[in-house]
Amino acid sequence: MNDLGGLVWIFASACVVNNFTLTYFLGLCPFFGVTGRLVTAFRLGLANIFVMAITSVAAWLLNTFVLIYAPYLRLICFIVVIAGTVQFVEMVIKKTSPALFKALGIFLPLITTNCAILGLALFQTNKGYGLVQGIVYGVGAGAGLTLALVIMAGLREEQELGGTPSLVRGVAMSFFIAGILSMAFMGFAGLFHGA
Amino acid sequence: MTPVETRSEPSSLRLVLTLGLTGLLSGLVLVGIYLATKPRIERNQAEALQRAIFRVLPGTESTTPMVLRDGRLTEWTEPGRPPEDGTIYAGFDAQGALVGYAIPADGSGFMDTIRLIYGFDPSRKVIVGMQVLDSRETPGLGDKIVGDEAFHANFRALAVEPDIVPVKHETTAPNQVDCITGATISSEAVVSILDRSAKRWVPVVAPADGGTPPQVSEVRDGR
Amino acid sequence: MAAETPTRPAWPELTKGLWRENPVFVAVLGLCPAMAVTNSLRNGLVMGTATAFVLVGSSLLVSALRRAIPREVRISIYIIIIATFVTTVDFTLAALMPDAHKQLGAFISLIVVNCLILGRQEAFASKNGVGLSVADAAGMAGGFTIALSLIGAVRELLGSGSLLGLRVLGSWFEPWAIMILPPGGFLTLGMLLVVFSWLRARAEERRRHESARTEAA
Repeated sequence: MNDLGGLVWIFASACVVNNFTLTYFLGLCPFFGVTGRLVTAFRLGLANIFVMAITSVAAWLLNTFVLIYAPYLRLICFIVVIAGTVQFVEMVIKKTSPALFKALGIFLPLITTNCAILGLALFQTNKGYGLVQGIVYGVGAGAGLTLALVIMAGLREEQELGGTPSLVRGVAMSFFIAGILSMAFMGFAGLFHGA
Repeated sequence: MTPVETRSEPSSLRLVLTLGLTGLLSGLVLVGIYLATKPRIERNQAEALQRAIFRVLPGTESTTPMVLRDGRLTEWTEPGRPPEDGTIYAGFDAQGALVGYAIPADGSGFMDTIRLIYGFDPSRKVIVGMQVLDSRETPGLGDKIVGDEAFHANFRALAVEPDIVPVKHETTAPNQVDCITGATISSEAVVSILDRSAKRWVPVVAPADGGTPPQVSEVRDGR
Repeated sequence: MAAETPTRPAWPELTKGLWRENPVFVAVLGLCPAMAVTNSLRNGLVMGTATAFVLVGSSLLVSALRRAIPREVRISIYIIIIATFVTTVDFTLAALMPDAHKQLGAFISLIVVNCLILGRQEAFASKNGVGLSVADAAGMAGGFTIALSLIGAVRELLGSGSLLGLRVLGSWFEPWAIMILPPGGFLTLGMLLVVFSWLRARAEERRRHESARTEAA
């Protein structure tokens, strides 16, 4: 699974076929809670990709060198690493682009509790991916997350203008939209079969 | 607004100590839980593996893991579990004679990775059984690869040379697999996983020149 | 020290989580790991029970230690406590119910980022006595499990024609495979949310009717 075809499959699988949000229900909090602003959603998605790539490497390092001796510490170590990474990313963004920092606001620290990041580390561990595979997986998952966020934000902007029955308005409607999106993404299955 | 605090701010030392203590206690609890559950968990996993091996290598009574060392297949004798990738399982019958090898393999299916294990008879050079261990294929369609009787009948005496080939209708040659209608991609995925794995392992367990057979410790008696 | 609320009877704390403040249907919390595993009633029940164990245990511990936990690092300590419980559940399940463990997979570990658990520590357990905190946790966990079981039951019934693995609907029923696939999860929860908000709107209407009548009388 390490050749280019395999890597493409890993990326495509994480991004569309087994989209983290629409297939595994991860990262739902920002998905349903994010403002209808497309630009914010996109930037949040990019921040997520970055954190996921770093988390992927960190998870691989931990798994390979540390956790073989103490597998029961896996969860705690992953959480600590993720919290640390997000702190670090926060500092970096604050220093390099204060405007972006302000725009992202509360969403940045919320990445820590985003189940998608921890989910990435855990899934990657279960699949036994190597370093390169892991990074591809992480970036693919982040890209998929971004894709879902952006689509949802765009649709919610539309929804606000259209008329929805009051009983369904709000969260329930978002779920129906998500359900249809999820169905649509299922259509990507089999895209790269036989890789 | 929080009311005016009457106590002084805790020192950084106190914060670090509290965190450290919590971490330490947590670690101790986890070590305990780990040690308490480890034997049971390992037994569960070994049992599941044994069950799968017995299914794909009919007639097997005992098994042993084998790995490649310096290009030769040798028994895994070290303590602890053998590596995930690169380990196959030799099966022996009640008299201790070699029945064949159970080889795990995986690859991409329609929805997600498919993990399976198949039994290989080196003397006849055929696959004698196949079991899907893990899959996420479409329920009602692709997941038929797990239990469909007709599909599994393909794997009772499947020739692996020169390739394993999927076909859509009747099989006309011993190296063909009749795919499940409506689950073509999942079936073909299984075939491709088997084909790739066979190409990797057959030269090892059944060398073409009939040369040195894999190093297996002397025929066991009832192990 | 966070402001302490005076001691209250425990019963309301227990029941509020079941209906009025149901974490899934009202507050829409704790969804992430929950939805992926509700493709059958049994998985929903196991997941709910596992979460309940973590929630009640964490609340108990946090509440008992609330005076000793410094405010500045409280979130980190909550997380360590929660993660310890989650890891315990993970290993215990792997030892005692390997099939269920395999089905739920990594989602058991994901209980640790279930916003519901951390939320209850911050909002309640850190400010109330052990008895009340356990009642609160038990109620929330109960509501959560009920919600998950409901979702799981609907999805399994429509998606496999069975409940708890036993075929319930006869062979005349062609299962809707979509229900046990991810879209089914979203759609089911959406439907249930609509049903619940309709029920709550009706209860609200009735209450307003009642008070209008008693006022007029």
